[in-house]
Amino acid sequence: MDGLAEAIGFKKTRLPLIILCGGLTGACTAFGFQYWASAVYYPYNIGGRPFFSWPAFIPITFELTVLFASFAAVFGMILLNGLPKPYHPVFNSERFAKHATSDGFFLSVETSDPKFDMETTCALLSGLGATHVEAVAQ
Amino acid sequence: MSPHDTNVAALEPSIPLIAPGHTYTTISDKVAGIVVTEPQPKSWKFGILIGAIGVMILNTAVIYLFYKGIGIWGVNIPVGWGWAIINFVWWIGIGHAGTLISAILLLLNQQWRTSINRFAEAMTIFAVMCAGMFPILHLGRPWVFYFILPYPGTLTMWPNFRSPLLWDVFAVSTYATVSLLFWYVGLIPDFATLRDKARNKVGQWAYGFFALGWRGSARHWFRYETASLILAGLATPLVVSVHSIVSLDFSVGIIPGWHTTIFPPYFVAGAIYSGFAMVLTLTIPVRKIYALEDFITQRHLDVMAKVMLATGLIVGYGYIMEAFYAWYSANPYEKFMIYNRMTGPYWPAYWALVLCNIVTPQFLWIHWVRNNPIVLFIISIIVNIGMWLERYVIVVTSLHADFLPSSWGSSVSWRNLRPRKTSSWPRKKSMTRATSRSMRLRLFPWTVSRKRLGSRRPDFL
Amino acid sequence: MSIEFLDEQKPIDFEAIRAKLAAGQSPRYWRSLDELAETEEFTEFLHREFPAQASVWPEDVSRRNFLKLMGASLSLGGLAACSRQPDEKIVPYVKAPEDVIPGTALPYATAYSSSGYAMGALVTSFMGRPTKVEGHPTHPASLGATDLFAQASILTMYDPDRSSTILNSGRESIWDSFYGALSGRVDAARLKQGAGLSILTETVTSPALANQIKALLTALPKAKWHQYQPASRDSAKTGAVMAYGEATDTQYHLDRANVIVSLDADFLSSGPGAVRYTHDFSSKRLANADHPEMSRLYAVESTPNNTGAMADHRLGVRPGQIEHFARAIAGKMGIALAAGTLEPAHEKWVDAVVRDLKKDPKSSVVIPGDNQPAVVHALAHAINQALGNTGTTVTYTAPVEANPVDQLASIKELAGDMEAGRVDTLIILGGNPVYTAPADLKLESAMDKVAFRTHLSLYDDETSRLCHWHIPETHYLEQWGDLRAFDGTISVVQPLIAPLYFGKSSLEMVAAINGQPNAAMYDLVRDYWKSQSTAPDFEHYWKTTLSDGFLAESKFPDKLVKLTADFSKQPAVANPPSPAGTGLDVVFRLDPTIGDGFYANNAWLQELPKPLTKLVWDNAALISPRTAQKLGAATNDVVELAYKGRIVKAAVWVMPVQPEGVVTLYLGYGRSRTGKVGKGTGFNAYALQTSDAPWFGSDLAITKTGATYKLATTQTIANMNDGLTTRPIIREATLEEFKEHPDFAQEMAETPEKDVTLFPQGLKDNNYDGNAWGMAIDLNVCTGCSACTIACQAENNIAVVGKEQVIRRRVMHWIRVDRYYKGDPENPEGTVHQPVPCMHCENAPCEVVCPVAATNHSKEGLNDMVYNRCIGTRYCSNNCPYKVRRYNFLEWDEFEGESTKLQKNPNVTVRTRGVMEKCTYCVQRINKARIDAKKEDRPIRDGEIVTACQAVCPASAIVFGNLADPESRVSKLKTNPRNYALLGELNTRPRTTYLAKVTNPNPELESGKA
Repeated sequence: MDGLAEAIGFKKTRLPLIILCGGLTGACTAFGFQYWASAVYYPYNIGGRPFFSWPAFIPITFELTVLFASFAAVFGMILLNGLPKPYHPVFNSERFAKHATSDGFFLSVETSDPKFDMETTCALLSGLGATHVEAVAQ
Repeated sequence: MSPHDTNVAALEPSIPLIAPGHTYTTISDKVAGIVVTEPQPKSWKFGILIGAIGVMILNTAVIYLFYKGIGIWGVNIPVGWGWAIINFVWWIGIGHAGTLISAILLLLNQQWRTSINRFAEAMTIFAVMCAGMFPILHLGRPWVFYFILPYPGTLTMWPNFRSPLLWDVFAVSTYATVSLLFWYVGLIPDFATLRDKARNKVGQWAYGFFALGWRGSARHWFRYETASLILAGLATPLVVSVHSIVSLDFSVGIIPGWHTTIFPPYFVAGAIYSGFAMVLTLTIPVRKIYALEDFITQRHLDVMAKVMLATGLIVGYGYIMEAFYAWYSANPYEKFMIYNRMTGPYWPAYWALVLCNIVTPQFLWIHWVRNNPIVLFIISIIVNIGMWLERYVIVVTSLHADFLPSSWGSSVSWRNLRPRKTSSWPRKKSMTRATSRSMRLRLFPWTVSRKRLGSRRPDFL
Repeated sequence: MSIEFLDEQKPIDFEAIRAKLAAGQSPRYWRSLDELAETEEFTEFLHREFPAQASVWPEDVSRRNFLKLMGASLSLGGLAACSRQPDEKIVPYVKAPEDVIPGTALPYATAYSSSGYAMGALVTSFMGRPTKVEGHPTHPASLGATDLFAQASILTMYDPDRSSTILNSGRESIWDSFYGALSGRVDAARLKQGAGLSILTETVTSPALANQIKALLTALPKAKWHQYQPASRDSAKTGAVMAYGEATDTQYHLDRANVIVSLDADFLSSGPGAVRYTHDFSSKRLANADHPEMSRLYAVESTPNNTGAMADHRLGVRPGQIEHFARAIAGKMGIALAAGTLEPAHEKWVDAVVRDLKKDPKSSVVIPGDNQPAVVHALAHAINQALGNTGTTVTYTAPVEANPVDQLASIKELAGDMEAGRVDTLIILGGNPVYTAPADLKLESAMDKVAFRTHLSLYDDETSRLCHWHIPETHYLEQWGDLRAFDGTISVVQPLIAPLYFGKSSLEMVAAINGQPNAAMYDLVRDYWKSQSTAPDFEHYWKTTLSDGFLAESKFPDKLVKLTADFSKQPAVANPPSPAGTGLDVVFRLDPTIGDGFYANNAWLQELPKPLTKLVWDNAALISPRTAQKLGAATNDVVELAYKGRIVKAAVWVMPVQPEGVVTLYLGYGRSRTGKVGKGTGFNAYALQTSDAPWFGSDLAITKTGATYKLATTQTIANMNDGLTTRPIIREATLEEFKEHPDFAQEMAETPEKDVTLFPQGLKDNNYDGNAWGMAIDLNVCTGCSACTIACQAENNIAVVGKEQVIRRRVMHWIRVDRYYKGDPENPEGTVHQPVPCMHCENAPCEVVCPVAATNHSKEGLNDMVYNRCIGTRYCSNNCPYKVRRYNFLEWDEFEGESTKLQKNPNVTVRTRGVMEKCTYCVQRINKARIDAKKEDRPIRDGEIVTACQAVCPASAIVFGNLADPESRVSKLKTNPRNYALLGELNTRPRTTYLAKVTNPNPELESGKA
C-alpha cells in the first residue's frame, strides 16, 4: 500500500545496510579469489598476460557483487520480516482469508501489549469506523 | 510494489492502462481466476501438447548429440561456433526485456509496466533457462562441463578468469539467480492471495508454502518494498552487464567482425529490442485467449512498440557503425569482413537481417500500426527472426573468412537447416518456447500483480 | 576352422622341431607340437579362426561388435598378429644396449623402396613395434629426409586390409600346397628349358634378387623375365641409349648448377633421386644476407607440378610442344637437327633461356621429364654436352637397375606372348599389372590364356583376382633384402618386425622356383653378400653394414660417355602440336599422393592434400579455367572423356595454372579391388592410357554428362589479392630487390614493438626463462611436397577423418601446406606454398579465451594443449588467426582398424572426441632431449631436437631450435632480414616465423612476364 508505511511512521530499516554488506562481501570474495587463484596459488602464463591481469577480473567481480547483494536483499527481507511463518493467529479469521490478500484491510492488535484490553480496544476500533471487529484466538 | 506507483487515474488519460469499471475485487478475481478457478481453454491444452512433443524431440536430439558428439552439427574449423552459441545469445537477449520492464522501468517510474512485468519476468526466467542449456550442448565433452566452475578439484587448478566464456558462466548464472529471486519476491504476496483463494487442500498447502506465511503486515510491506527497490537497482546494471559480457565473447576475440568496441551497447540494445519483440509475440495471443484486454490495453502495446522502435534504431545505428569502423580503420581484414558480409556467400543472411531489423520496425512510426495487435504481432515475429539472424551473421560470417584465405571455408550450410539429424534446432526452439509458455500460464499468475493497483482503492474501506 | 582340415595334417617332423629348439628360434614353452613346429597348418588354423569370425560382421563393424571382436582379438593377439622382432638378429643403428629397454625407442637402419630404388631410412621401433620412418642422415638418396610415400609406408604395413593368407582360386591355402603346384609347373617347364615360364617383376635394383633371377634364367634359359611398373622411366633409359649407344644412368648435381632448365621434369618430387635433388637444389636457393646468390630455374611444363611452382620462370604449354622447346634450345646450341616450331612469344623466351645457359657454361643443366619421349632425353644429353655440363652438374654412371629394359616394351611382349598362348606359367612378383598396364594391352583377357598364374603382392588386388594363386607379400619392414639407391649405393633392407601375415618376399619366391621352398630370406641375402664380400671378417662386415644401413662408397663410379646420336637424321617433329584451340591434349601422371595406385588403401596418403590442387580422396580431370569456360564445365561436373575409342567418366577440377587445352589425368585411382580405404575413390585413368603414347596424346574429347560429383578439398582457390586489398601473407621479392632492399619483408606490414602492452611493466611477471623454442620456415625452398604433413601425422597419431568429414572441413593435419596462386586471378603466374603449423604465439589469442585454461604457455614458450582439461568449447580455434587448431568433432578412432593402432606413437596421447589438438612442436621429442641432457648434465645441444616436420623436409625449409641461444641455427635465421612474422601486425608474437621468398628472374624476361 503506497504511502501506508510513511503514514504509519516507518522510516528506517536495516535492510539497505545488509545489502551493502552483501555486495561488498561479493566483490571482495570475487576479486580476492581471482587474484589468489591466478597470481598466487597456481599462476600460469595465459597468452602472455600478467598473472594479475586485473581488468579481466572485473566482470566476475561485478557479477558476484550483484549476486551477493541480491541474496542479502531477499533473505534479509525475509528474515527481518520473521518469515517464513507457517502459522499466525490471524489466519484463523475467515474474513482475513477472504479479503486480506485481495481487497480488504486489516488492523491487527496483538495481546502481548501490557496495556492491551480486549473491550476498550474493540470499542476504539469500532469507533474509528471499522467494518468488522473480531477477536482471533491464539 | 513501488512507492512511485501512484494513481492510475493520474496517468495520461487518453487510453487508460486499465479499462474503466474495475475494482480490486474484479481484478483479483480475474487474474487469480485464470490460475485457480477457471477451466483452462482448449488452446492451452493444445499448446501443452505441442510443447510436450517439442520437448520430446529436443530430448531425442540431445541424447543423440551426447552419444555421437558435436560432429553431428554443421560446425567445423573455420566456423567453430554455430547453432548453440547463436541460440544462446538470442535467448539471453530475449530474457533482457523482462528484467528491463521489471527493474529499469520501475526505477524510471513507468507505470504501464505493471500490467506486463510479471509476465515479462517469467519470460526472462524461461529464456535464461533455454539460454543456459545451449552452452552445455555446445561443449565437445559435456560430461566434464563442471571443469568450468571454480571448484577445488584434484587438478588443483582453477578456471581461466580471463576468458569471456567464464565471465558468461558467472553472468548468466547470476542473472538467472537474481531474476528468479526478483520474480519470487514479487510473487510472495501473490502466492498469499492464491493461497487464500485456492479451493483445495493441495493448492492451499502448495501456494501457502511459497507464500512463506505472508500476511500483508504494513511493516512487512515496508521492508518488502525497500528490498524490491534495491533489487531493481541491482538488476538494472546486472542486465546491462549480462549482455555486455555476452558481447565480450565476441569482442575480446581478434576475429574481424568480432573485435569491436561498439559491441556491448549495441548488444544490450539488441537484447532489449528482441526481448520486447518476444514480449509482444507472447502478449498478443495470450491477451486474446484469456480476454485480458482490460488489463493489457492498446496503450501497453503502443508503448512497447515505441520501445522496440527506439531500440531498433540503436541497433540499426550499430550496424552502420560496424561498417563505418571497418572502412575508417583502413584495416584490410576488417574491410574485407564487412564487404564479405554484404556480398560474400552469406549475403542473404545479412540483407535479411537488415530487412528484418532496420526496415521493418520503421513501420512503428505509424500510429495505426502500433495500435493494431495483428500487425504488431507480425512485426514482432519478424524482429525475432531478424535478431536471430544478427547473431548468425556475427558468428558465422566473421569466422568463415578471417585472416588467412587458406583457412577460409563456408560453414553451417543452409542445407543443414533441413530437419535432418544434424539440426532440428529451429523447430525445437519454438517447441520449448510453446511448452514453457503454456506451463507458466498455468502455474503462476502472469500478469498484473494485483497489489500494484492498490492506489485505485479508497484509502480505507 | 574345420576339424576335417586338422585331420589332414602331415605327420609332425620331430627332427625339425629339435633343430629349431637347438637354434633358439622357437619359444621355449609350447602348447602343442603343431605350435612348436610352426607348421603352416597350425598357423593357418590360428589365423583363420579370427578372420572367419570377423567376416560374419558387416563391413563397418559397429562399436558394440567391435568391442566383442576386440575381446576375441586380445585372446589371439599373443599368437597371431602381435608385434615380434624377427627371429634373426637385427642390428640397431647406434650402439645398442644388449636388450631393448622397455619404453625406449630404438632406430634401425633399413631402406625404403621408392619404385625399386633405395631410400635409406631409420625406423623407430618401440619394443619391437615399428612406429615411424625417418630418413637416413648419411644415405645419399635421403640425407635424413624422405618423401611422403616413405613416411606413409608404415601405415601400409599395419593396414588391416592387407592380404593375410595364401589363396588358391579364392580359397585359403598353404605354402606347401602352393609349392607342390609350383614345382610341378617348374619341372614341366624345365623339360622345355623353361619355355613358357614368365616372371614379371617391378623394377629390380636388388643385387641379391637379381642374382637369384639370373640363376633361374641360367637354369631355365628359355624362361623370360619381364619388368613393368608405371614409374618405369623408360624414356630416360631409351633416351640414354639413343644418345650414348649404351645403357647409362644420369645423375644431376643441382648444388653446382646456376641455371636449371626443366623440360617438363618434376625432378623435385618424382624419380628416385627427388629427395636428394630437392636438398641439392635448395642449397643453391638460400639467399642469405651474406651470400645472396642463387640459381635460376626455368620450367616448361605440360601440367602444373611442384618443380614448376618453384621456378623463376614457368611456362605452361601443351605436352607435345616440349620437344619443340628441346629442339629449339639444341638448335641454338649448334646441334644440327630439324628445329622445332615455336610461337613467337616462346621463341623469345627460349632465346633468353639460351643466352642465360650460355652465360654459365659448365654450371647449368637441362633436365628432361620422365614423361617426355626418349628424343627429348637424348636432346637434353646433347645440350648438356654442348654446354660442357658433363662432369660438373651432370654425371653418368652404369645403370642402377639390375636389368635396365624398356619396361613398356617388356610388358607389351609379355602381353603378346600371353595372347598367343606362348606363356603357360606366369609368376608375377609384386605390382598390379592387370590394373596398371595400359588399357590397349588387354592384360585382363590375356590372363585367361595362361594355364598357371601366380601373384605375389601385399594386397589381394585386381591381378590377384585373375590368378590361380595369390601369395601375400612381405612389407619392406618385414623383410630382408637389398636395394640400390639412385646413384648405385647398396642399401640393406632389414626387417623391424616378423611378417605379420606369414608373407613371402620376391627373393623367397624366386628361391622357391629355384627349388628352395623353405630358404629363409635372411639366409638368402646374407649368403649372397657373403659370396660377394672380400672382407676378411665377414661377421664384422655384415654387422657394420646392417648397423649403417648401407655400404659406404658403393655408389657407381662416374662413367665417361660419348655422344653418338645424330639428330640430323631424326624425323623433324615427332609430335606435331595440336593447334591451340582445337581438340584437347591429355597428360597422364602418377598421382602425387597415391602414386601408381599401390597406396590407394593408405588413408594417410588418401587424405593428404595433393600439393597443388589440395584435392583429397579422389583424382579429377584437371582443366584450365579457359578450357572450362569453353566446355561450359565447372569443378565437380562429371564429364565423359573419350580418347582413342575408350570412354571414362571423371569429375572436373578447374586448375588455375593448368596450360590451356591440356587435360591432366592422375593415375592410381578408381581401383576395382582394394581395401575399405581405397574403395570408391576417384576414376581409373589407366583405362584411357595406351602403350603407344603412354604419357600424353592429343584429341581427347570431353562431353558433359550433367551429373556432378562432390570432390573434397582442404583449401578453396585463394589469391593473395581478394579484390579489396593485398594481404601481406606471402612476402616475396626478386633477388635484385632483395639486394637493394634487404628488409623488404618486415616493411610489408607493421609489427608492433616487442614491449607494447597496456599493462604496467611491473605486472609483466611471466617472462620466459631457460630455453625458448622457436621455428623458422623458409618459404624460398619449400616445394610444397607435403611430406611434413605426413611425417607429423605419423609422429603425432593424427587421425584420418574420411572424405565426408573433409568436405565438412574437419581435416586434422597439424601442419598444413597452404597453396596460393600469385598474379592475375585469370591467369596466375605461379603457385606459392606456405607450411602452417601452430605458431606458438607468445601472446596467444587462443589461450586467453579458453575458460578452463586447457591451453596455456610453458616457461619455454610452448603453447601447450592439455587434452585432459579441454571441454571442447572451440573458442580457441575461433580466436586463432592462423586456424591451426584441430578439433575432434567425432570419435575419429572409430574409423580405424585394430592393427593400425600398433603404429601409434606411445609418447603421444591419442585424442578422444570433443577435444582440441594442434601442433606441439613435437613436445615429446623436446622432453626426450631434455631428459637425455639432464642425465648427462649438459644443456640441450642445438640440433638435438628435430621436429618430425623438420626431419622429413628434403629442402631443410623448417628449422627448429632454441631462440635463447644466439648461436643456434634458428636464432640466426631469425636475424635474417627475410624473417617475418605471419600476421605479426596482430601482436600475437609468433614463435614460428617465415623467411620471405626471393625469386631470381631473368631481367630479360621479367618485363614480359612470359
